[in-house]
Amino acid sequence: MPAVSDALKPERGGLAVRVGVLAYIGILVLLPLAALARHGLGAGFDVLAQTLATPAATHALWLTLWSAGAMALVNAGMGTATAWALVRYRFPGRAFLSTLVDLPFAIPTLVTGVMLVILYGPRGLLGDWLAGSGAKIAFAPPGILLALLFVTLPFVVRAVEPVLLEQDPAEEEAARTLGAGPWTLFRRVLLPPLLPAILSGAVRSFARALGEFGSIVVVSGNIPYKTLTAPIYIFGEIEAGDPQAAAAVSLVLLALAVALTYAGRALEKWAGVRDA
Amino acid sequence: MREGRALSPGQAALLALVLAYLGLILLLPLGAMALRALEAGPAMLLAIFSDEAAMEGLGLTLVLALIALAANGLFGVGAGLVLVRHRFLGRKLLDALVDLPLAVSPVMTGLAFLLVFGRGGWLEPWLEVAGLKVSFAFPGLVLATLFVTFPFTLREVAYVLIELGTDEEEAAVTLGASPWQTFRQVTFPNLRFGLGYGLVLTLARALGEFGAVLVVGGAISGQTQTATTFIYNALEERQEAAAYGMALILAVASVLFLLALEWIKRQRGKEK
Repeated sequence: MPAVSDALKPERGGLAVRVGVLAYIGILVLLPLAALARHGLGAGFDVLAQTLATPAATHALWLTLWSAGAMALVNAGMGTATAWALVRYRFPGRAFLSTLVDLPFAIPTLVTGVMLVILYGPRGLLGDWLAGSGAKIAFAPPGILLALLFVTLPFVVRAVEPVLLEQDPAEEEAARTLGAGPWTLFRRVLLPPLLPAILSGAVRSFARALGEFGSIVVVSGNIPYKTLTAPIYIFGEIEAGDPQAAAAVSLVLLALAVALTYAGRALEKWAGVRDA
Repeated sequence: MREGRALSPGQAALLALVLAYLGLILLLPLGAMALRALEAGPAMLLAIFSDEAAMEGLGLTLVLALIALAANGLFGVGAGLVLVRHRFLGRKLLDALVDLPLAVSPVMTGLAFLLVFGRGGWLEPWLEVAGLKVSFAFPGLVLATLFVTFPFTLREVAYVLIELGTDEEEAAVTLGASPWQTFRQVTFPNLRFGLGYGLVLTLARALGEFGAVLVVGGAISGQTQTATTFIYNALEERQEAAAYGMALILAVASVLFLLALEWIKRQRGKEK
């Protein structure tokens, strides 16, 4: 970050803006999150542990963690491949696909859920065919995974793209000339500079997936112990008038969100240093 | 770049894999919705546009989105300047907080606001004295929308400010420009594409926000029911035509936002 010269030291107007910004963030972000944390811890660690140890809460958290983890793994691989194809290859429809990749950032997640139900639901376009083949997607974990993959699709692609654009093809050519096979080339030359970007994208998509609600609430059927994820468990407890249980599970997700946001930032900085 | 060069078998295989993946994850669901909309024909849209509750929900969502645009337009620029150009105690903490709303579940956002403003919440006694109702009312929807859209303009503006550096601004100050003149004539023109990009993201998110407005607002028809919570309630009541109709309106809007984002990216590229 550039040093600020004396000429641009904030004067009175600047100080007023600073106070306004801090007050805005304090009331809008810090206060509610503090209330959430305070409420989660409110009745002490014992109550918190007891609430989290109930089978319903444990199962919801576990489902959320593993589905988000599986999604992040797929994203790391397919996101990198997508960025690679978009940057390195020229093919008809490339510009269209490049635009399409951002769609999940523009479309409401609830609408994503509706789309998946239209496609895979009991009366959906593929519903009959799926029922015949015995595969279950809507109201089952595969539906959760597909929803998560849709809403987080841009993260790894958009993280890896700029690094690929700045990569020097000379290194690759040199390795090839020296007789490196495709696998060695990928592992020793191409992958290392991309790794921080891939990880930062995967971490951000993981964090996003932990909190996903709109698409999953429609597509998963919310069956306790089967397809009920942590955000939907929280929603259910709020509806049932048990904010204590809701706040307890929220506290776990909030702690993860803080840690992952921090990790994502650190990885982004690492990725940024590399391509500078 | 491999302009004009034919793909090797390995490259073609990777491309085929990527196309199949994007087709499965993105295009298939989109296509399903388009197909359902074509099947139903214009009747689906006519029905939704003549549904009073649906239009009230859409209207409420538009009002919330306009408030989010105004607030985040002002706040994004102000907070971007403070975050990048000012040095003060706690700036690092602030910097770390900025991304947090993107990682917090919307349901938790709703719950957090209930715990502050709702029944038995931290501020309830004061709100009662002031006669102000926040949860399950319009102010709660505004707060929830502002929370979830808060990082977009700020991130874009901060990014541009870091890239920009302070040379131009220092030159302006040296030549005798007042802080306000410097901001209006030097800093702001550089920010406009970044700010525009952030505002489109804000608009998209505000129109599409669901979990937070559902929890804090309660989705009461005619009062706190937004476009998305209308869809949710319609699905719960098995009125699928109404739900799909509204979902289609939001999907079309988001395609427009996507085109706007692409346009801004191109303009930005040209300027560089």
